[in-house]
Amino acid sequence: MSNLPILSLITWLPTVGAVFLALVAGLSKGNAEKNASFARVTALVVSLVTFVLSVKMVMDFNTKETAMQFVENVPWFGVIHYSLGVDGLSVLLVLLTTFLLPLCVIASWKSVEKRVVEYFIAFLVLESMMIGVFTATDLVLFYVLFEAGLIPMYLIIGIWGGKNRFYAAYKFFLYTLLGSLFMLVAVAYIIVKAKTAYIPDLQNFHFDPAVQKLLWLAFFASFAVKMPMWPVHTWLPDAHVEAPTAGSVILAGVLLKMGGYGLIRFSLPMFPDASLYFQPLVYTMSIIAIIYTSLVAFRQVDIKKLIAYSSIAHMGFVTMGIFAFNKIGLQGAMFQMLSHGFIASALFLCIGVIYDRMHTREIAFYGGLVNRMPIYAAVFMLFTMGNVGLPGTSGFIGEVLTMQGTFLDNRIVALFAASGVIFSAAYMLTMYRKTVLGPITNPKLETITDMNWREVLVFLPLIIGTLILGFKPGLILDFTDKSVEFLSSQVLTAIK
Amino acid sequence: MNLASLTHDLAFMTPEVVIAIGAMLLVLIGAFVSKSAYRAITYLSVVVLLVAGFLGVQYAPDNAQILFNGSYVVDSFGGFAKLIIALTAACAILLSADYLAERNLEKPEYPVLALLAVLGMYVMVSAHDLLAVYMGVELQSLALYVLAAYARDDRKSSEAGLKYFVLGALSSGILLYGVSLIYGFTGTINFGKLLTIAKDSSNVGLIFGMVFVLSGIAFKMSVAPFHMWTPDVYEGAPTPSTAFFATAPKMAAAILLGRFLFEAFGEVVAQWRDVVSIMAVLSMFVGAIFALQQTNMKRLLAYSSILNMGYAMVAIAAGPVYGPSALLLFTAIYAITSVGMFGVLLSMRDAKGKEITNISGYSGLSKQRPLLSLALTIMFFSITGIPPLLGFFGKFQIFIAAVDGGVMPLALILVIASVISAFYYLRVLKVVWFDEPSVEIVGGLATTKVTVTGVTLMIALLTPFIGLIYTASMTAGHLFK
Repeated sequence: MSNLPILSLITWLPTVGAVFLALVAGLSKGNAEKNASFARVTALVVSLVTFVLSVKMVMDFNTKETAMQFVENVPWFGVIHYSLGVDGLSVLLVLLTTFLLPLCVIASWKSVEKRVVEYFIAFLVLESMMIGVFTATDLVLFYVLFEAGLIPMYLIIGIWGGKNRFYAAYKFFLYTLLGSLFMLVAVAYIIVKAKTAYIPDLQNFHFDPAVQKLLWLAFFASFAVKMPMWPVHTWLPDAHVEAPTAGSVILAGVLLKMGGYGLIRFSLPMFPDASLYFQPLVYTMSIIAIIYTSLVAFRQVDIKKLIAYSSIAHMGFVTMGIFAFNKIGLQGAMFQMLSHGFIASALFLCIGVIYDRMHTREIAFYGGLVNRMPIYAAVFMLFTMGNVGLPGTSGFIGEVLTMQGTFLDNRIVALFAASGVIFSAAYMLTMYRKTVLGPITNPKLETITDMNWREVLVFLPLIIGTLILGFKPGLILDFTDKSVEFLSSQVLTAIK
Repeated sequence: MNLASLTHDLAFMTPEVVIAIGAMLLVLIGAFVSKSAYRAITYLSVVVLLVAGFLGVQYAPDNAQILFNGSYVVDSFGGFAKLIIALTAACAILLSADYLAERNLEKPEYPVLALLAVLGMYVMVSAHDLLAVYMGVELQSLALYVLAAYARDDRKSSEAGLKYFVLGALSSGILLYGVSLIYGFTGTINFGKLLTIAKDSSNVGLIFGMVFVLSGIAFKMSVAPFHMWTPDVYEGAPTPSTAFFATAPKMAAAILLGRFLFEAFGEVVAQWRDVVSIMAVLSMFVGAIFALQQTNMKRLLAYSSILNMGYAMVAIAAGPVYGPSALLLFTAIYAITSVGMFGVLLSMRDAKGKEITNISGYSGLSKQRPLLSLALTIMFFSITGIPPLLGFFGKFQIFIAAVDGGVMPLALILVIASVISAFYYLRVLKVVWFDEPSVEIVGGLATTKVTVTGVTLMIALLTPFIGLIYTASMTAGHLFK
């Protein structure tokens, strides 16, 4: 293996691309149209190169190893180091991020018309921050990148969003900031007590159980907002509705995963006693998320809002699986996060396709799309089924594993969770029927056109991914297996 | 005091001597050369400050040197502060050059007065007895009163100067009253001697005096409940003067308060921690909540400085062991960011060259001046404390100090204040990025542009090298252990 700092490359390449883009656009002062197409191409090339690099990284990854791999470590300030590394828990999340970014770029090729250069700069910077969150192995570095993502996302929602975008951007920013700052206080406390910020070391550091509870709550405040969990989920529907399509994809596909990743990476191994203590709380919140938000989703008139609520319900499965404290549950949670990354992203892209044409997302506006858009109807069908958790799609595996894991721990909770699956079928299928099936009733839809090749190109990898993972879940589970096993055994010994 | 010890002591005061001689020379040049020398004098004063800042670090010995029979101390704690004070003051003077010239206010007194104020600040951060404190504070304040009223034909500026002067004189009186109480009850004004006296006996008069002195300095820092003057003076004074007020003097006062409490009362933290904590909480809430309603950018930044001084008070409340380095790092980063923010403010000119101070005037800035709005965005996110920008690290260090020093509740209040304040910082950014342009905005003049660019680059690019400042502040702050 070469000594190339591959993680730094993957993490910072998008930022370098953004700076390059800013410099070229700033210096050229040419016409806006030329700059815009230059920005599109640059963003696509940079994100594709990043993707290729991360594929190489994943291929070099040793799945038999539980320790961090591709480690980089440079002192930064005080006890804080610039240290990167990936293990089974993070490696695929990096891949998911770099995989979704080129798709986002293609999806926003035509739909973003104003301030194109700035848009792609914000996106590339955001990509760096997201990758960095998953590759950082230093608590403070993690926090820095976790929080830094707020800036580009705030601008993306606020500048390129819909009508009510200011409200959504504020809400997104302030909710997340409040949660994160509580975590920052806890981070400060941990550094003062443990005198290190290196995550693997911290996982072996035993905090006093009484202190653990407070620290756990502080971390949870941040991750629960990010997930988002009921009752701090209300920012998500607003943010989704107002964000541009690609923003929604990133939000659902990657940003939400940071919360789950944080719970697995920090809360469980660092505060095992507190995690056990708060297990009933998390179970309750997850169940409420699954059932309540499913019911809320049922009543939505806006397709995007419906999918947003469904995301919250699906994240409920993730938290439930994580706090089942067994290997199956954790495997399920990891799988569910990745699978949701595909399916939810695809669903938001599906909405984007019709929104670009009709500029509305109201369910009542549509109906009978299958008559004009057969390809679209098929694609949308596949992902609707994936979201419901139909066997053969990746959504099924995630739900089954998390429920199985929970069942081993607590049958009542699993029972409630299973009912959530039925609800999700109810609202997804109703929505699909109302928008796609039946005759065309709205005359404005008479001329709607089917997906063009560019849009098909965006969906193709997502379709393949969803199906392959549905039939061969081992592709993911092999990667996470060792790390999850290590983690669950570590947690179980700590509790006993 | 014999000649040998005088020269020995004076050698350590080289930075102060450089500023003093520089100011005298420049005032002479100004008096004898025509008005056209204004530019030269301005740039020369910047050079003097840069040299003095460099010397401030250079002459800071590893072990504290106590000079002039214990009334003055030279150490790395002060050295660090002197560097930042000189740097930000130099930036503020640069900002003033074109602004004053455009308004026919280009008189050589301005940079000279600024130099004298900096000299006062140097004395403040190095004071080791209460008379040196008073001397420093007065030298600084008297120069600042004039700077506030500098545009003397402008009613608002005169009002600001008068208000600042009357209230400032009152606070100096309070300070002096505290000094006399302390002297009356203990017979000394030396920090070192006070430390042992305060430790050995619970002397009520001493504590009273300490609180009076604390209040007097808190006024200069504009910490609630002594903050009332701040918004009015900030609004009325010519903007470059406001830029000056908001940066170096704030840092000097914070460092002075830190040194006074850590050095003279470091053994009896319990006696002052509550007072400082209450001031911190009040400032954070006043700064966060009152700013929400502001429509004038200068007033908004006034409340922002009250808020940030509240954060600095948290670092002081953390006590002499953990507080100093956080105090240094935070106030340094605050001062740098602040001077940049005022640089942006000065860049906001309409087609006639008139200042735009209303926040609504900023609408659509990003469409007209993308680079300027980028700079503004970086500074505002930095002062909100969002990583990876510089401001985050100052705040983070305060959290560390608060945990270490056992004032966790203050850290939690800081969190709440931060989120409230994020709302108004974001409101400015919203106007800049999301709204449509209303008035034509012409960018800043040459010196403003240079300053804004420099500060922005510093805030945005220093993150990977934060270790340098961090280590310096840690070394400088470990003095009181």
